Amino acid sequence: MVVEKFSYDNKIVRDFAIASIVFGVVGMLVGLLAALQLFNPIHNMANQYTTFGRIRPLHTNAVIFAFVGNAIFMGLYYSLQRVCKARMFSDVLSKIHFWGWQLIIVSAVATLPLGMTTGKEYAELEWPIDIMIAIVWVVFAVNMFGTIFKRREKHIYVAVWFYIATVVTVAVLHIVNSVEIPVSFFKSYPVYAGVQDALVQWWYGHNAVAFFLTTPYLGMMYYFLPKMAGRPVYSYKLSIIHFWSLIFIYIWAGPHHLLYSALPDWAQSLGVAFSIMLLAPSWGGMINGLLTLRGAWDKVRDDVTLKFMVVAITCYGMATFEGPMLSLKNVNAIAHFTDWIIAHVHIGALGWNGFLTFGILYWLIPRIYKTTLYSKKMAALHFWIGTLGIVFYAASMYWAGITQSLMWKQFTPFGILQYPNFLETVIAIVPMYLIRALGGAMYLTGVIVMVVNLIKTAKQGSLEANEAAEAPALEKDYVDKSSKHRWLETRPGKFALLATIAIIIGGAIEMIPTFMIKSNIPTISSVKPYTPLELQGRDLYIREGCYNCHSQMIRPFRSETERYGEYSKAGEYVYDHPFQWGSKRIGPDLMRIGKKYPNLWHYNHMENPQNVSPGSIMPVYTWLLKQNLDNSTLESKIKVMQTLGVPYAPGYEKQALQDLNKQAEEIAQDLQKSGAPAQSNKEIIALIAYLQRMGTDIKGDTTGVRVK
Amino acid sequence: MFDQILTSIEGIAIYPMFSLGIFFLFFVGLLIWVMKVDKKYLDKMSEIPFEK
Repeated sequence: MVVEKFSYDNKIVRDFAIASIVFGVVGMLVGLLAALQLFNPIHNMANQYTTFGRIRPLHTNAVIFAFVGNAIFMGLYYSLQRVCKARMFSDVLSKIHFWGWQLIIVSAVATLPLGMTTGKEYAELEWPIDIMIAIVWVVFAVNMFGTIFKRREKHIYVAVWFYIATVVTVAVLHIVNSVEIPVSFFKSYPVYAGVQDALVQWWYGHNAVAFFLTTPYLGMMYYFLPKMAGRPVYSYKLSIIHFWSLIFIYIWAGPHHLLYSALPDWAQSLGVAFSIMLLAPSWGGMINGLLTLRGAWDKVRDDVTLKFMVVAITCYGMATFEGPMLSLKNVNAIAHFTDWIIAHVHIGALGWNGFLTFGILYWLIPRIYKTTLYSKKMAALHFWIGTLGIVFYAASMYWAGITQSLMWKQFTPFGILQYPNFLETVIAIVPMYLIRALGGAMYLTGVIVMVVNLIKTAKQGSLEANEAAEAPALEKDYVDKSSKHRWLETRPGKFALLATIAIIIGGAIEMIPTFMIKSNIPTISSVKPYTPLELQGRDLYIREGCYNCHSQMIRPFRSETERYGEYSKAGEYVYDHPFQWGSKRIGPDLMRIGKKYPNLWHYNHMENPQNVSPGSIMPVYTWLLKQNLDNSTLESKIKVMQTLGVPYAPGYEKQALQDLNKQAEEIAQDLQKSGAPAQSNKEIIALIAYLQRMGTDIKGDTTGVRVK
Repeated sequence: MFDQILTSIEGIAIYPMFSLGIFFLFFVGLLIWVMKVDKKYLDKMSEIPFEK
């Protein structure tokens, strides 16, 4: 047997580690800013580039795709090479992957504050960046599969299965959810509308949690935890069952984000059933992780990396218990749209993803720098301040979420809402927003302590860019027919194919019927396409990220119909490319805001919400009053909408601008009559037109474009 | 856009039943395999991260 000499690429691992840490700090700082904005709107800085609606997507994208994304690549590039006993397939592809991913992040940082967004949560980046993501992901996939194919270990370790599932599924999710038609270089409309768009989006959103924030981290857990503890994984059998059931079941659970919405009932029930089932594989993973430490718990006392791992896996267990509970309709009725969900995701993000990343960094950086950790005391400080930060963050958000939800639903003995003014329910929880910011600041402080510690560690050692290794070459004609799974496992191509089929079946069954069966989305004859001015206003609504704070989905509860009006119907959204249902009510629902207030109210409210609603935490939008409405792409917008099936009459794009000006003039005149210095060519006019249209169609007094 | 394409597929309703069948059989097969699998093989697999 020939023993081959080769080397592991540690430099690429180090580079991804640096990127993860840098963007982690940035993403968390932006998160802290967002937290402070909710405590006091002055932190919006009265500036369109720093308002919450644009900052919040920046925070989520930075943390998910930059911090966690780079951490995945760090852990994956380190462990994949070692369990395959091979260097990465191509150093060039590694470099393209690294710099390509950073370019995507920088593009996100540049475009999101400018308001260039698709308006779909966690998929906000516009189409040119979407294409870039797809290309870089393919480069990554080729590099990964190339490495697997040239491996020197015939069996594929369980961690690698999780990596394969990640690569394949993220590609499918990203492509399906990003099918959009460009209007211009910076603007596009998704091909899906309303209920269908919501279903695709939350199939994506939920599985981004599954296959970006969970499976790669489980893969990393299965490699790094045994290494740290010095003992193999508790049960390899359990890892096999846990893997297949996780990827089979996860893909079905997306509709639990849309309970009590206008989504057909059968799809909601499907989501609930699979979410409950998901508890089994999730806890299978958690138990397998924690029990790997059986007989080694004494090590946890001294070893800070294991401390981080234990808290991370415990947080995973808590979040994956809470998830199925939240998907029960009766729990969801209370928790949805509140800060409870914010607590839930941060248990996952701060605990599971954050702490697992930190544990790996503390273990990995000293190893590739051939030294020991600079200070165990600093690492211990990081651990405790970080853990306390999570507790402060989560406790305050649970408190805020449940308090607010109960206030929304409270009736007086006379049967009227006890807190009819939404603002009352916000002011009651603002102190909790301060405690949340404090928790976040503590967590960030811990990270900064880590940064110092790791820099000192790197300085006292030197990077072993190419770590020498040797292993016998893999016999090319190796065939093992003794077992089915063993057969599958030695064939990564077939393995990937099977994993793909598993996830596609789930996704297809969930989505196809809403596209296929007409009765699933009953049409409403009085629902008409938006007028050109309303369409422009809607795009401003998307640009400003209003959906980050306001829902457009009234659930069929008495507490909601009393507060907001008639509950939402699936047929009301058929022209909404993209849907704007929202997922969190920091402010009230806007589904039936149309015609509720005079134009002047909206004008004054956008200029300064506090003038109209004292104590409001909504930022000012003064620039809408000053900036001219850009109609240069209007024709193109109407044409794209026609392509997507919105029934504007043929040739309407030529008449659109004329109609727009006419409607704008009417609104401006009304405002002027009321004493506001409004001009018809300003952005505020379009936004008011959209707001006044919202949810009015079913009342039959639509301003919408009449179609033949 | 998609509705027209999908509704035109004849007998599409059989697909969900078919996939449920695949699902079920896969898991039954997996469980049987896990119960019968060779212990030595599992030990070897779980040692992979420790091999030099």
